[in-house]
Parts: sequence; C-alpha cells; structure tokens
Amino acid sequence: MSLIVKRITKYTVGLIMLYGIYIILHGHLSPGGGFAGGVIVALSFIHLVLAFGREDALKMIPGKFISLGEAFGGLLFLGIALIGLASGVFFLNFFHSKGEPFHLLSSGIIPLCNIAIGLKVGAGLFAVFMILSVFKIDDKEEE
Amino acid sequence: MFEFYAIMVFVIIGAVFAINLRGLLSSVVAVGAVGLGVCVMFLLLQAPDLAITQLVVEILCLIILIRATIGRGIARQQPQPSVWIFLVFVVFSFVFLYAAYQGMSEMPAFGKPIMRVSNYYIPNALSQVKAANIVAAIILDFRGYDTLGEATVLFTSVIAVLAIMRRKGRKKINERDESHS
Amino acid sequence: MDLVLFLIGLYAVIAKRNLIKKVIGFGIIEYAVNLFFVLVGYRMGGEAPIYQEGIAGQVFVDPLPQALVLTSIVIGLGTTAVMVGLCIRIYQRFGTFDIDEIRSLKG
Repeated sequence: MSLIVKRITKYTVGLIMLYGIYIILHGHLSPGGGFAGGVIVALSFIHLVLAFGREDALKMIPGKFISLGEAFGGLLFLGIALIGLASGVFFLNFFHSKGEPFHLLSSGIIPLCNIAIGLKVGAGLFAVFMILSVFKIDDKEEE
Repeated sequence: MFEFYAIMVFVIIGAVFAINLRGLLSSVVAVGAVGLGVCVMFLLLQAPDLAITQLVVEILCLIILIRATIGRGIARQQPQPSVWIFLVFVVFSFVFLYAAYQGMSEMPAFGKPIMRVSNYYIPNALSQVKAANIVAAIILDFRGYDTLGEATVLFTSVIAVLAIMRRKGRKKINERDESHS
Repeated sequence: MDLVLFLIGLYAVIAKRNLIKKVIGFGIIEYAVNLFFVLVGYRMGGEAPIYQEGIAGQVFVDPLPQALVLTSIVIGLGTTAVMVGLCIRIYQRFGTFDIDEIRSLKG
C-alpha cells in the first residue's frame, strides 16, 4: 500500500481500538455492549493487516495473543456463569452492593461480562479473517 | 410512518440489484447498500444498540465477501433459470403470502405491542440490576444463558472455518499439492 | 414490505446458478428476518430503551425483541464466514463458481 495509507494507519489504529474499548466498558450506560465493541477491536487489527500486508502486520501483533485472547475470554465468561451455580442458579449477580446507576462501576456483573465477550469476539473474528486471507493469497500466487 | 416506507423501497431496489447484476463485485457493493438501509431502519425504530452492531457487522461481512470474490468475478452470460424452478417459486410465494396474511391478522396492530414480559423487565432493570441500558441488562442478566449459547456458536464457527481451510496448510505454503484430480 | 425482501432473498438462493449469489441471497434473508422481529416490537411514540439521568416516566419501545436480534446479527456473521470458507475451497478444487459445471465435473 502507498506511503500515505501507512502513515495514516499508524495514527488511527490506536484511536479505533480506544473507541472499541470505550464501547465495551460503557455497555451498561449507553448503547453498544460487548458484541459491537468486540467487532470494532477486531476491525482495528484488520486495518493493520490491510494497510501493511500480511508479513509486516504479523510482526506487530504477536501470534500467541490471538489464540490466548479468545480462549481466555471464553473461559472467563463461562467462569462468571458457573460461580453462581453454588447457589443453585445460573448467572447469579453476586455483587451485593451494586452501586449507583449511571456510574461506571455500577450494575454488578455486567461490565465483567462485557469485557469477556469483547475479548472473545475480537480475537475470534480476527482469527477468521486471518484464516480466510492466508489461503486466499496462496491461491492467487499459484494461478 | 412515511420514512419507513421510503427506506424499505430503497432496500428492496438495492436487493433486486444485488441479485441481478452480472459482475460479482458490484453485487457485493449492493449488499452493502442493503445493510446500510437496514441499519437506518433500526435507528428509525428506536434501537441504537442494534444499529451500531448491524453497521460494524456489515463492514466485516463486506470485507470477507470481497476477499472471496476479488479477481474471480468473471461476468459470464448466465442463461435464464429453467421454467420449472420459476413456477415452483411462484406457487411457493403465493402459499407463503397467504399464510403470512392469516398469521398477521391475529397479531396486535402495528405500534401497540403486548408487552407482557417486558413489563417485568423495564422497572426491574433500574431497581434490581441498577443498569441504565435495558437491552444490556436483558442479555447479560435476565437472559444470560442465551448469551452463553451465542459465545459457543461463535467459537464453533471459528473452529469450523479452521477445519475447512486446513488441509492445504499442512504442507509448506510454497509447495503445491499435486496429487489431487 | 418486509416479506417482499424475504422472498427476493429466497429467489436468489433457489434460482441463481452462481455460488456467491446464493450466499448473498442468504444474507438478504437474514436481514429480512431481523427487521421483521424489530418491527413487531415497535411502539408508537416510544423512545429508545435506555434510562437517562433525571428524566422519569418515559414510554419505551419493547426491549425484548431487540435483545434477541442483537444475538442473531452476530451469529449471522459467523454463518456467512463459514459459507464463504466453503466457497473458497470449492473454487480451489473445481476452478469455477457455477453449480451446473460443478455437478458435471464432480469426481
């Protein structure tokens, strides 16, 4: 890709990821939530790959981070679900003092769930994109 | 009410273009226009959560479709589908519209829903859960089990794509697989 | 009007010969179904279901179909990704996207 695209990408990737994390964290106060925020974080990684080509971008993003991130997000969500099982019910909202509404640290279990889902969706969708793009470029070189 | 009909007409014209254009890349662009129309409909129906999610998922879907079709959108002369298929489709669509008309005359009128379950969720989202966003409180607190199922489906789809695209990747990327066909 | 969108998508899946057109038809069916669910839950003169500070006594639209459709949109993306993966594999094996040629070339 040309030089202008590379320079601008270096500045905007951080902003896009910051916006995605903002949407994940404020999921209980304003529209958004874990799913939309996770997809935006995945889009920031895809932006890096599209602007720099596959090999250069893979040097910037460690490969282990993707698979670890997805597994950790899934296990964290499942763990939060199962903790309440000791009391006989799925997904017990176990923080007893739930804080005041309209503050960032309110409403119990919901921010933790949002973070877990955001990690899982982000890492998973970026993995799908990398799988679909690796074999495609392979195919074009052989034709 | 008028803007609903205007945007639906735009969406339907976009969909007809998407399936009838010859070049594959132009069809993918038309699908993008259909998704944008659906996102604006969500905004007009007072659902901002859905509008944000639909917009970014549409972008990702377009990126995946373009990676699949770029360089391969050969516009060839496509003959008309055979008459039998068209007749079956017309008969089916009449049956479908008749069944839909019967079903929809039993539903409450447009704009006055029966909110039996939601009348429990709406006051309790503020008093029990203390969350301002009611939709987030529903999918993560009142109906968290459905969200667990959805996380499982996403994980399964990642594994499925990996399993489908894997066989050529066992050898090195530069070697070519000669033993097929 | 929404059912017309569904029927257009269904026609694309059944009657078109190109594989990518069928995948596009599936996408259009999924948009039509999600839109139908949200249309059911609309309330005339209602507002978006988010509480705001200091304002009380708002009339909300039905938040339950919105929660269900939120899940459905993301699952639709997963389905489309798997279908596109299959299409890429078929293209590598047969060299074409046209299902009549694939049916005669199989084996």
